[in-house]
Amino acid sequence: MTLNKSKELLLEMKNIHIDGFSDERWHKILKGVDLTLHRGEILGLIGESGAGKSTMGKAAMGYTQPGCKIIKGEINFNGIDLAKLTEFEKRKIWGTKISYVAQSAAASFNPAHRLMEQTISAANRLKINPTDVLKKDAVQLYESLQLPDSENIGDRYPHQVSGGQLQRIMTAMAMSPRPELIIFDEPTTALDVTTQVEVLSAMRSIVDKFNTAAIYITHDLAVVAQMADRIKVLRYGEEVEEAETREMLSNPKEEYTKSLWSVRSLIKPEETNEDYMLSIKNIDAAYGSSKVLHNVSIDIPKGKTVAIVGESGSGKSTTARVITGLLPQLKGEIIFDGKKLSPKLEQRSKEELRRIQIIFQMPDTAMNPRQTVDEIIGRPIEFYQGIKGEEREAKVIELLKMIELDETFLDRLPSELSGGQKQRICIARALAANPDLIICDEVTSALDQIVQEGILKLLQNLQKELGVTYIFITHDIATVKAISDEIVVMYQGEVVEQGLKSKILNPPYPDYTELLLSSVPEMDPDWLTNLLNKRSS
Amino acid sequence: MLRLSLGLVTVFAFSVIIFSTFSFLPGDFATEILGQSATKSAVKALRAELGLDKPPVTRYFDWLGNVFQGDFGSSFSGRSKVQGDQGDRSREVVGLIVPRLKNTLFLTGVAAMLAIPLSLILGISAALYRNSYYDRSATGVSLVTVSSPEFFTAYIFILLLATLFPVFPTISNVDEASTLAERFYRTALPVFTLTLITMGHMMRMTRSAIINILSSEYIEMAKLSGASRYEVIVKHALPNAWAPISQVIAINLAYMLIGSVVVEYVFNYQGIGRLMVGSVYNRDLPVVQACALIFASTYVILNLIADLIGIISNPRLLYPK
Repeated sequence: MTLNKSKELLLEMKNIHIDGFSDERWHKILKGVDLTLHRGEILGLIGESGAGKSTMGKAAMGYTQPGCKIIKGEINFNGIDLAKLTEFEKRKIWGTKISYVAQSAAASFNPAHRLMEQTISAANRLKINPTDVLKKDAVQLYESLQLPDSENIGDRYPHQVSGGQLQRIMTAMAMSPRPELIIFDEPTTALDVTTQVEVLSAMRSIVDKFNTAAIYITHDLAVVAQMADRIKVLRYGEEVEEAETREMLSNPKEEYTKSLWSVRSLIKPEETNEDYMLSIKNIDAAYGSSKVLHNVSIDIPKGKTVAIVGESGSGKSTTARVITGLLPQLKGEIIFDGKKLSPKLEQRSKEELRRIQIIFQMPDTAMNPRQTVDEIIGRPIEFYQGIKGEEREAKVIELLKMIELDETFLDRLPSELSGGQKQRICIARALAANPDLIICDEVTSALDQIVQEGILKLLQNLQKELGVTYIFITHDIATVKAISDEIVVMYQGEVVEQGLKSKILNPPYPDYTELLLSSVPEMDPDWLTNLLNKRSS
Repeated sequence: MLRLSLGLVTVFAFSVIIFSTFSFLPGDFATEILGQSATKSAVKALRAELGLDKPPVTRYFDWLGNVFQGDFGSSFSGRSKVQGDQGDRSREVVGLIVPRLKNTLFLTGVAAMLAIPLSLILGISAALYRNSYYDRSATGVSLVTVSSPEFFTAYIFILLLATLFPVFPTISNVDEASTLAERFYRTALPVFTLTLITMGHMMRMTRSAIINILSSEYIEMAKLSGASRYEVIVKHALPNAWAPISQVIAINLAYMLIGSVVVEYVFNYQGIGRLMVGSVYNRDLPVVQACALIFASTYVILNLIADLIGIISNPRLLYPK
């Protein structure tokens, strides 16, 4: 990542206004954003969801999603105003001069065609090189992206390779016609931290190699710090600030930018307890014939927070399903507050059900969209505690105050709430049962950084007030640092280690924990370079 | 393989249902043929001869055993009323059905060949120009054709193309001697009717299958890599739409076959549908059962083919991980 790149202007977007149509009316998505990009330069575009960063990225190609339109503005790419071109003229630029790497590689490849065919399809359209030359070139690209079996991987179909590999193949596909600009739209958001490192380094080296300009869109500051020469922060469709990466990280000017940085500073002193709320012993569990948990034993101290970490497929959520009784274990036992719990949900008493509650990752799908907040929170109060009428009403309002909302929310439907408010309602619903143990399954991963911080603080305060025990399932190490007392590391259905936060997060580490922790991006722009040097030595 | 055996089980279950339904029909062939005033002994004798006196379970397995050997039994009708009469004109069911089945297959085959490509083209183009006037009128008209009953559509065609503008005949008489050109000419109206009643559904489903796929992320990706409209539809959307489309086509071909019962009656076409209606009227059990079994098996076979297309067109099923 050199800073002395050429100053030849490649893309200049001026005063971009884009409107989107939803809920029967037009909304402003972008309100006059400017953007400049020089040849070979990488610009990071960051912001929370709804900031308009993705819309801006696509607008750089002169493309808007169905239901959106460019109201005003100029998009000068190599001296041509893309906003004025017809669909047909733009198609000659798309995929060949400017290419696009999407967030979800798995959904963005056509399931019906082989990967090689899709990799070279755009370059094929140029009709400069014959197909076999393009195929050879694609194999070389696969190789420089460190894909396994680069000779033959192109013969496979998208469903036959992993998500991380697909993302790299999509980068190869974007690179195949040697474009002048690549738009990376949250390319690593759907990946595990360990995979993310590989994909990031592969993308960075190949963009460097061909001196391609890029716009890198993400909500993760630490990631953008590794990739970008300059960073632009967007919020509510407007620019907050823009600066060179190092300058931005060391000296953010705007309050909002500072608040984005501060999330990771939340810290909780660790404590433990010899008295266990829940112990699971030697659990085996399977979905059908594929076994996913192998001899898992975890102890959860009373009134404390245990974080279960690991990448997707490590068995974190399955463990939660076993504890709640949704998936009865094949072997082993669950001891809850000194008593054995029966594996099956139907055989547990109402009291046992009341004492263990769960909060899910997606508040949107975890609530009945036709029920009001009052019904959602009121029902567990009625069901578990038999409280009705005005008393129930008072309880619901008390709970709403606890989650820092008020009675004006009583009659609202989930669709009338923001993402963070929805998750708060889900927390209140869990609290309504007056539980001793709450399982939080990735409760903050669908939320923006600032909202995440609010939810984590709320959960901590509730623990202080009510003494409730948490099992916190997450793949985000920053969250773990912020909230946990103890940490359990899982890998491929087994517990790698369990212990106090200070013990797990400090050396010496077992191999897997080392890999997991070192893969978590840090705000230091040299982090990736240093990590790769360290790993290769 | 599992699908194939499931298909067989379905056909078998159908045979039980068909057999038991007709066994429980009020009245039987013996009373029908001998009339209300027949003596009890005469009825009894005829029943014994036809094997109707045996318990239903035995009759079912006898029938099933014969069917497996390709023998659907003899038709009840056409036989002489007096036992041992030399003029026994009873006919083998197979001999009765085969020429008519050929006629029906010809009719539905021609209709299918017209309806399938037309509805695919209309459906795809409607998806391509979604919400245009063309799309709106195509989906609107198709709704009308789907909603009108077969006989109504048939009579409209007769009114327009046979009475007001006498282009085609109203009666579709064909026999062994008819040439191919003659057959096309005479069956034109029933073919049009069958085409029209099935096309609407197929076209609408093709349209919505394509639209469904057009909103997926890989289509946006294809557009952003510079694919033209034609390429997006033909190369990226269609290969993923075959499974739902083939299902709809299978259902409609089966519907066409069943719709032919009415259409053949209206146009007096010597097909299997007309034969079945006539046989039900005469309580001619072996013929009715054979026809019903043929309809059921066709339905199962069509669905099997659709499933097969679904598997072949989907690499996920064809090439497991």
